Amino acid sequence: MNISTAVSISGSGFPWLLAVILWPLLGGVIVAFFKNDARLAKLTAIVFSLVEFALTLVVLFSYHASGARIQLAGSADWIASFGVHFSFGVDGIALIMLVMLGGLTPIVLGASWQEKLPEGRSMAGFFSLILVMEALVMAVFAATDVFLFYVLFEIMLIPMYFLIGGYGGPGLRRQYAAVKFFLYSFLGGLLMLASAIGCWAYVESVTGTGTFDWATLTRVVSHAPLGTQIWLFMGFFFAFAIKAPLVPFHTWLPDAVQESPVGVGVFLVGVLDKVGIYGFLRYCLPMFPDASKTLAPLVLVLSVIGVLYGSLLAAGQSDMKRFVAYVSIAHFGFMGVGVFAFTSQSEVGAVTYMLNHSISTGMLLLVVGMIAVRGRSFKAEDYGGMAKVTPLLAGCFFLAGLTTLSLPGTNSFISEFLVLLGSYETQPVYAILATIGMVLAALYVLWLVQRIMTGPLRGKAFGADEPLVGVTGGPGAATDPLGRAKSMISDLNGREKLVLAPMVILILLLGFYPKPLLDVVNPSVGATLTSVGVSVDANQGGN
Amino acid sequence: MTPTYYLLLSALLFSIGAVGVLVRRNAIVVFMCIELMLNAVNLTLVTFARINGSLSGQIMAFFVMVVAAAEVVVGLAIIMSIFRARRSTSVDDANLLKY
Amino acid sequence: MEAVHPASGVATVSWLLLALPAFGALVLLIGGRRTDKWGHLLGCLTIIAAFVIGLITFINSTGLAVADRVQELHLFSWIPVNALQVDFGLRLDPLSLTFVLLITGVGGLIHVYSIGYMSADRDRRRFFAYLNLFVASMLLLVLGDSFVTLYLGWEGVGLASYLLIGWYIDRPAAATAAKKAFLMNRVGDVGLAIAIFILFANLHTTQYSVVFANIGKLSPGTITAIALLLLLGACGKSGQFPLQSWLPDAMEGPTPVSALIHAATMVTAGVYLVCRSNPIYDLTVAGRLTVVFVGAITLLIGCIVGCAYDDIKKVLAYSTVSQIGYMMLAAGLGPFGYALAITHLLTHGFFKAGLFLGAGSVMHGMNDEVNMRKFGGLFKRMPITAVTFGLGYLAIIGFPGLSGYFSKDAIIDAAFQQPGWQGWVFGIAAVVGAGLTAFYMTRLVIMTFFGKERWRDLKTDDGHDFHPHEASPVMWIPMTILAIGSIGAGAYFSLGHRLADWLTPSLGTLQERSAGPLSSTEITILTLVLAAIGVVVAILTVGRSAVPVERPARVSWPVRAARANLYGDALNETLIARPGLWLDRALVFGDKFGIDGAVNGIGILFRGSSGRLRKLQTGFVRSYALSMLGGAIVLIGALLLVRFSG
Repeated sequence: MNISTAVSISGSGFPWLLAVILWPLLGGVIVAFFKNDARLAKLTAIVFSLVEFALTLVVLFSYHASGARIQLAGSADWIASFGVHFSFGVDGIALIMLVMLGGLTPIVLGASWQEKLPEGRSMAGFFSLILVMEALVMAVFAATDVFLFYVLFEIMLIPMYFLIGGYGGPGLRRQYAAVKFFLYSFLGGLLMLASAIGCWAYVESVTGTGTFDWATLTRVVSHAPLGTQIWLFMGFFFAFAIKAPLVPFHTWLPDAVQESPVGVGVFLVGVLDKVGIYGFLRYCLPMFPDASKTLAPLVLVLSVIGVLYGSLLAAGQSDMKRFVAYVSIAHFGFMGVGVFAFTSQSEVGAVTYMLNHSISTGMLLLVVGMIAVRGRSFKAEDYGGMAKVTPLLAGCFFLAGLTTLSLPGTNSFISEFLVLLGSYETQPVYAILATIGMVLAALYVLWLVQRIMTGPLRGKAFGADEPLVGVTGGPGAATDPLGRAKSMISDLNGREKLVLAPMVILILLLGFYPKPLLDVVNPSVGATLTSVGVSVDANQGGN
Repeated sequence: MTPTYYLLLSALLFSIGAVGVLVRRNAIVVFMCIELMLNAVNLTLVTFARINGSLSGQIMAFFVMVVAAAEVVVGLAIIMSIFRARRSTSVDDANLLKY
Repeated sequence: MEAVHPASGVATVSWLLLALPAFGALVLLIGGRRTDKWGHLLGCLTIIAAFVIGLITFINSTGLAVADRVQELHLFSWIPVNALQVDFGLRLDPLSLTFVLLITGVGGLIHVYSIGYMSADRDRRRFFAYLNLFVASMLLLVLGDSFVTLYLGWEGVGLASYLLIGWYIDRPAAATAAKKAFLMNRVGDVGLAIAIFILFANLHTTQYSVVFANIGKLSPGTITAIALLLLLGACGKSGQFPLQSWLPDAMEGPTPVSALIHAATMVTAGVYLVCRSNPIYDLTVAGRLTVVFVGAITLLIGCIVGCAYDDIKKVLAYSTVSQIGYMMLAAGLGPFGYALAITHLLTHGFFKAGLFLGAGSVMHGMNDEVNMRKFGGLFKRMPITAVTFGLGYLAIIGFPGLSGYFSKDAIIDAAFQQPGWQGWVFGIAAVVGAGLTAFYMTRLVIMTFFGKERWRDLKTDDGHDFHPHEASPVMWIPMTILAIGSIGAGAYFSLGHRLADWLTPSLGTLQERSAGPLSSTEITILTLVLAAIGVVVAILTVGRSAVPVERPARVSWPVRAARANLYGDALNETLIARPGLWLDRALVFGDKFGIDGAVNGIGILFRGSSGRLRKLQTGFVRSYALSMLGGAIVLIGALLLVRFSG
C-alpha cells in the first residue's frame, strides 16, 4: 500500500500518460482564444488532436501486453485524509480506449470542419469544447482512483452538456435533450458516489485506513459479504447502465444524438457510452465479483432485451440519427452479454466490440451526416436513389452498414462472433436469443440502404419530392435527370474522403487481421476474469 | 407581590399585539402592534430577571429596545416610501412578492 | 476419413486462388472509373488464372497417393483467443478441388459471357468487381479449413449475391429482391452460427479435421441438433423449403448472375455444406432423414410452381430450386448419396448455367423481355442459342446419354433403394419430379423457340418492334462450351464411378444397396416413361394449340396455387412480415409513450406539484404572520407536551 507516500510513479511511461491527459486540455484552452479566426482555431485544434493521437500511439507502444496489470502508473495525494489520489495508469482495455479516442478525435474534427453552428456560436468554442471533452474522457479511462473516476465521470458531462445544448439542433429541442442527458447521467453518477463512499467505509472497517485506491478496493471489497457487495454493486451498475445505455435506461441517447451535431454524436455513441461498458469491466467485475455473478442473469436479460429491442426500434425510425442511436443500443446489448457471460472469448469480444463499434457506428453516423449535408434532411423518407448520383458516398454508407450488421470480413464480425461464441458456452439461451439480433441487424441496415440508396431519384436534395422519372438513362430519357441530379449534389469531396479513409482501412484490416488487437486485450481480460474467479481456459486448440 | 401579575400583563399585551398584527390592515397600526409585542417581551424578560436575581434578562431587554429603535427607523421609512408610491398604507395592497 | 497432411508442392501457392479474384475486385472497386477501359479484362483474367492454378493443383493432387490427397495450408492466425484458435487456412481435398474447378471454370465462362452481355452498361467494371468478389468468397467457402472460414465465405457470397441481385438499383423490385435474399439467407446463417457455437462449446475447435475426428464423442442429441442447424443454414443458402422463396425473386439480377450465382455455384453451397459435414450426418439418422424430407418437398414445390410461371428466368429458377432438392435428397441418403449429390451438382452446374446463358441470350435479342408468352418461333432467329439451349434441355429432362440422365437417374435410383416406406415415398417423389421437370422444360422450350412468332405483333416496353438476333461470339462460345459439358459430363463422371472414387477421401466410399421395391432397370424405365409422358403432355398443351399472349385469368385452383408459388410468399407475409411490422410499430409507440413517457412523466410530476405548492405564497403579509403564529403555538404546545407529559 502506498498511501504513506505522497507521490509515486511506477514505470517510466507515466509522463507520457500524463501528457496524453493534459495535452488536449492545453489545446482546448488555446483554441478557445481564437474566437475571431475560425480557420486558425480549426487548424490549431486539428494539430493538437493529431499530436495527441501520436502521444496515444507512444503510450500504446510503451505498453507490454504480457507485463503488469496496470502500467504507466503514477499517483499523487489529493485529499490525503480521505485517501483520495490523483492516480492514473492503463491496462490493455483502457489502452485500447485511449488509442481509439485519440484516433477518433481528429476524424470528428475533420468531419465537423464545415459544421453549420447555431447563431452566435463560434467554431473556436466548438472545437475547444471537443478537445476539453477528449482530455476528460482520456482521464476517465486512465483513472485508477475510484473517487477521481467519479469526479471525472461527472465533470465529463459539462462540456458535453454545452456541446449538445449550445451547438446542437434548432430550437428548444436541443435544450431538452441536453438537460435530459445531463440529469440521467448525473443521477447515475450520484448513485455511484454513494457506492464509492460505501466501499471506502468498508475498506476502513476492515483495514483501519479508508482509501479510494482502485487496487486496494478490488483487493478488499471483493471479499465483502454477498449482501454488502450487491448493494455496492447496484450503485455502480445504475451509473454504467445509464451510461452504456441498457434498456430501459436508454431514452436519453436517441434524443441526445438526434439533437447533437454529427461530430458530437460520434463522440457520444463512440466514446462516452463506452465508459459504461468499460466501467462494468474495470469496476463492477473486479470489485464485486460475487455480486456480479449473482446478478449476471439480470444484466444478461437487460442486454438481450437491448439487442432485440434496439434492433426493432432502429427498424422503426425515420430519423437517421435516431436510427444510429438505436443501433448503438442494440450493440451495447451485445457488449453487455459479452461482459457478463464470463468467458475469455466473450469478454475479449466485448472489449473489441467497444473499439469496433466506435469505428462502425462512428462511420455510419459520419456518412449519415454527409448525406444530410447534401439532402438537408435527416429523414430517411426524404431520400431515394442516391447510389446512382453519389456512388462513392453510397459505397461508404453501404460499407458502414455492412460492418454495422457484422458481416464477416469486417471488424465488427470478430467481436460479435467472439461475444456470441463465448457466451454460448456459459449462457446458451441468451446467446441464441442474441443471435437472432443478427437477422434483425440485416433487416434494419438493408431497410435503410434500400430507402436511401436505391429506387428512383427523389428527395429534397434534388428540389423535388416527386420521383424524377426515367432515370435509367434509356433511349427515352432525353432530359437526362441523372446528369441534372449530379449537377445538384456532388459526391464525396477530398476532406470527406480523408475523414472516411482511415475508417474504411480499419474496418477491413481489423476484419481480416485482428490478432494484434486481440493480443493486447487478452491478458487484461484474463486478469479481469481471474478476479471474478473464472479460470481462463488454456490454449488447447489448433495444434 | 407576586411576579405572576407582571407575566399575565405581558402575555395580555403580547396577545393584543399579535391579534392587532393579524387583523389590522393599516401598516402604521401593524407596526405599533409589533412594538407592543416587543415591549411585552421586554416586560417578561425584566420580570424573569427579577425572579432569578440575574441581570442578564435586563440586559437582554436593552438589546431588544435597541433593535426595536433601529427597526422603527427602517420600518417607518419603508412605510413612508410605500405610502408615497401608492397613496395607501394597507399591508394587503403591498402583495407584489407572491408566487 | 483419411489423415490430413500439410500442403506441399504446388498446393502451397493455392492461396493465389483466393488472392487473384480478391485482388481483381479490390483494384476494380478502388480504381473506380479509371479502370473502366480494361476492368472487364482484368476480371476475366484473374478468374482464368485462378482456373489454371486450380487445374494444376488438381492434376498435382491426382498424382498423389489416395491417402495423401487431403491437405491443409495454414495461412495466418485469424481469431486467436485462448482456447479459440481460428486460423485462416485452406483445406485442399478432392471435394474442395472439384468445387474450385467448377467455380473457376463456369465462373470464367460466365465472366467472358458477361463482357458481351453487359457491354451496354455504364457500370460494367463494377459488375466485374462484384463477380470477382463473388468468386473469391465462393472459393473461400469451399476451400476454408474450418467452419468459421466457411462462414466468412458463406456471408461473402451472400453479400455478392445481394449486390448483384440489386444490380439494377433504380428498380424497386430489384432492391426488394436483394434485401429479401439477404434476409432469408441470414435466417439460415443464424442456424449455421449456432451450430458453430455448439461445436466450439463441446469440442473447443471449429477446424474440420479436429471436429470430424472427435465428433463421435458428442451425445447423439447434440449431433442431431448440429445437423439440423447446419441444415437450416443450407436451406437458406440453397433456397430449400421453407426458405425457398427468395431464389425466384433473385432473378431480378442480370442473367449472368442468375447463371453463376443462382444456378451453378452459390445456391449449391448448402449441398456442399451437408456433404462436407458428412462425418456429422453419418452419425444422425434423424438429421439425415430431415435432409431427405426437405429435399423431397423442395423438389416437388419447385417442379409444381415451375409449371405455372411464364417468366423464362423464374421457370429456370424454380427448376434450380427443384434440382437442388434432388441434390439435398441425395445428400440426405448419407454414404449412399453424398457422391451422387456432388455429381448432380456438377452436371447441373453445366446444363443449368448453359440454360440461363441461353435465356440471357434470348433476352438480349428480345430487348430484355422475359415473358415467354411474347416469344415463339425464335429457333430460326437464333439457331446457336436454340441448339445449345436444346442440349441443356435434353440434359435436364434426363434424355438417355446426356448429363442429367446419369446424375439424376442415379439419385432416383438411390431414393427408391431405401428400405421400407422411405423407398416408396422418396422414390415416388423423385420420379414424379422427373416427369414434371420434363413437362415444364418442354413447355418452356416450345413457348420460346417453336410455334407462332407472337412477338411480331407486339411492341417492346418503350414502343419499338422486336428484332430478335443471335448474340455475339463472346456470348455464344461460353454457351457452346457449357453445352458440350451438358452432353458429356454425366457420362464422364458416372461411368465406372470415376467421380465417386475421386471424392472418396472427402466423402467416404459410395455405397450401393438394393433394399427397395423395384430393381434398377425398372426404375430407369419408369423414369423414362414418366419423362416421356411429361414431354408429350407439354407438346399437346402448348405445342398443338395457340399460346395466348395474355395469361389466361380463369384457371383451375392448382394452377392458381402454383402461380402464387404455392402461397409461399403469402405465408411469409402473414406469418412473419405483418406481425413483425405490427410489433415494430407497437414497440416504437411503447418506447415513445411508455418508457420515455415515464421518464418525462417524472419531470412533469415535479413541475406540476411545485406549481401547486407555490400558490401558498399569497403575498398577504398577514397570512404569513398568522402561519408564523400558528407555527409558534404548535411548537410551544409540542414543547410543553414533551415537558409535562412524562
